[in-house]
Amino acid sequence: MTDRAIQVTGLTKRFGKFTAVDDVSFDVRRGEIFGFLGANGAGKSTTIRMLCGLLPPSAGTALVAGFDIRTQPEEVKRSIGYMSQRFSLYDDLTVEQNIRFYGGIYGMAGDALARRKDWVLAMADLRGREQSLTGTLSGGWKQRLALGCAILHEPGIVFLDEPTGGVDPVSRRNFWELINTLSGEGITVLVTTHFLDEAEYCNHIILINAGKLIASGSPSELKTTHVTQPILEVRLDGGAIVEALETVRASPWALETSVFGTSLHVMVADEREGARLITGALGGAGIAVRRIERIVPSLEDVFLYLLDRQDGPAAGGAAA
Amino acid sequence: MTFPLRPLKPIIVKELRQVRRDPTSLGMLLALPAAIIILVGYALNFDVKHTAMVIYDQDRTPGSRAFLDKFRHTEYFDEQYDARSYGEIEELFLRGRAKIAVVVPAEFASRLAAGEDVHVQILVDGSDANTAGQAVATATRLTSDYATRLVADAFALRGRSLPVPIDFQPRIWYNPDLISSKFLVPGLIGFIIVLTAVISTSLTVVREKERGTMEQLMVSPLRPLEIILGKTVPYLGISLIAASAILVLGYLLFGVEVRGSILFLYAAITMIILGGLGQGLLISTVTDSQQVAFMISVFSSLLPSFLLSGFIFPIATMPVFLQIISNLAVNKFFLIVVRSVMLKGVSFTAVWQPFASMAAFAALTLGLSAIRMRKRSV
Repeated sequence: MTDRAIQVTGLTKRFGKFTAVDDVSFDVRRGEIFGFLGANGAGKSTTIRMLCGLLPPSAGTALVAGFDIRTQPEEVKRSIGYMSQRFSLYDDLTVEQNIRFYGGIYGMAGDALARRKDWVLAMADLRGREQSLTGTLSGGWKQRLALGCAILHEPGIVFLDEPTGGVDPVSRRNFWELINTLSGEGITVLVTTHFLDEAEYCNHIILINAGKLIASGSPSELKTTHVTQPILEVRLDGGAIVEALETVRASPWALETSVFGTSLHVMVADEREGARLITGALGGAGIAVRRIERIVPSLEDVFLYLLDRQDGPAAGGAAA
Repeated sequence: MTFPLRPLKPIIVKELRQVRRDPTSLGMLLALPAAIIILVGYALNFDVKHTAMVIYDQDRTPGSRAFLDKFRHTEYFDEQYDARSYGEIEELFLRGRAKIAVVVPAEFASRLAAGEDVHVQILVDGSDANTAGQAVATATRLTSDYATRLVADAFALRGRSLPVPIDFQPRIWYNPDLISSKFLVPGLIGFIIVLTAVISTSLTVVREKERGTMEQLMVSPLRPLEIILGKTVPYLGISLIAASAILVLGYLLFGVEVRGSILFLYAAITMIILGGLGQGLLISTVTDSQQVAFMISVFSSLLPSFLLSGFIFPIATMPVFLQIISNLAVNKFFLIVVRSVMLKGVSFTAVWQPFASMAAFAALTLGLSAIRMRKRSV
């Protein structure tokens, strides 16, 4: 038994001439929260669908819970739980009927099912609402019930595809606490998201763009290993943020420029020289600078930088 | 070793719960068939009786009255008017008050007595071809019967009997009174069952696709065929209940009995239901929205069942290419089997071929659905 829950090797999926997933390899350790980041259409969902045994790969393979997705999709399906953004519940069934149905299709019955049903009701805070129609529940409740139904059969690995889309911030935070609890119980969680603040909760992150894996590591590793040049945060007096962005971006010494709230993040070759150049350029444009300081890059800085480096300056400008 | 049907149970229970909670689909599956048979059974009637008749008797003698009494004393015609001119007849035809006119010429009785030819005129409103055709046929028969009687009477007066070269005595088997409901009710079973089975099942898979629950089923250990069968079984049960309701209503309202084996009849009904369910599932695996699935279901079940199956229009009179296409209407085979079983009481050996065609249709559509379902997950 290895400590690898998932081992992906050279996984590739082509649809006709389009390559959705291009030679992707990574390992997921047992009990880890593994974040899968990328824009819509980057290949996240296609990868997950292959790992769930829904889609045969064009090349490469993966071992999920020790089973080969190419040759043992049935065993893979028994070992995993899957929850999508759509909270795949039957709105016209009650909470209890949904739980019984999803338990039933995994062959659960009797005491085992009753025990897990109680667990799900407690976890999703749905005690006393067993007979409510699922369609009448709020988004946060549905989300937790959907997660509960996905892991009723106690899989060792659970795939969460954009699980926090469409719920309020409080529900999102509660949901991440749940994910942490699962991970603490030794369950491997592979989660896709496009919320970068959520990525900070992960033990390990990979970033995928246009089907290719472009970065892999823990959040802190990514921040320190990929971005070696200093990033300066520029706070302005007044609100001419767009004008400031355009002024700085037009300068050849600004390697990377983006807006964070009311301040600018600028990547430069040298901290002191950079600060001088920024103050000068903005002063020339009549924009007063309140403060400039070097910051630890956020994941967003890192990803924008990495995406920019892969796509070239034109696409990077659009992304900012 | 687990019982092979066990994985189906959760799906069957779930489908039944969903149907029960959805009054529209339950109504469509159970109430609609009953409504259709009552409506169609009474309205779709090819028996042309009580056709409104106008009589124009220019003779007005006991002889002409004796002839016209033949027309008055049949349930095929109802004497509504007594006309005094052709203008009056035309007026009645135009207003739709009468469909057939019998015109007896002056001197009808006296010319007959003198042994001369007489010409009785029958005028028919041809705008309703079916009624007109049957009215002409009935009038012709009444007239020739009367003429034969006259000749026979004349021979009898001279103490001789009339030699009849051909004694034409039609006997109609299986439905001696030619009651069209006996012909229609068996067809209605197929028509209604196919319609409701195709529509209701086509919506079930598409609904799950729209809601995203199909994806959840696909990542479970359930096999596509198990999903298909799990969705088929409950609808098969509901459709069997609906078919039984039609049989009971057909017997109570129209006196349509089952001459042959009830068991065999139900085997045929099960087969057509499976075909309809297969067709519906196939539609739902190739469509992505309930609207599209509904449209395709209605077109692909209603039109062939109604037009190409021989339900109303005989296949033998169709152009050859339509006869070939009619083989795609699974109802065609069902009609052959069910009419034979219900009206003629034939055994399985007489209709095994159309029965096998139904089985092939069901196997093909259900199999293709399972294959499509596997591909869909891609």
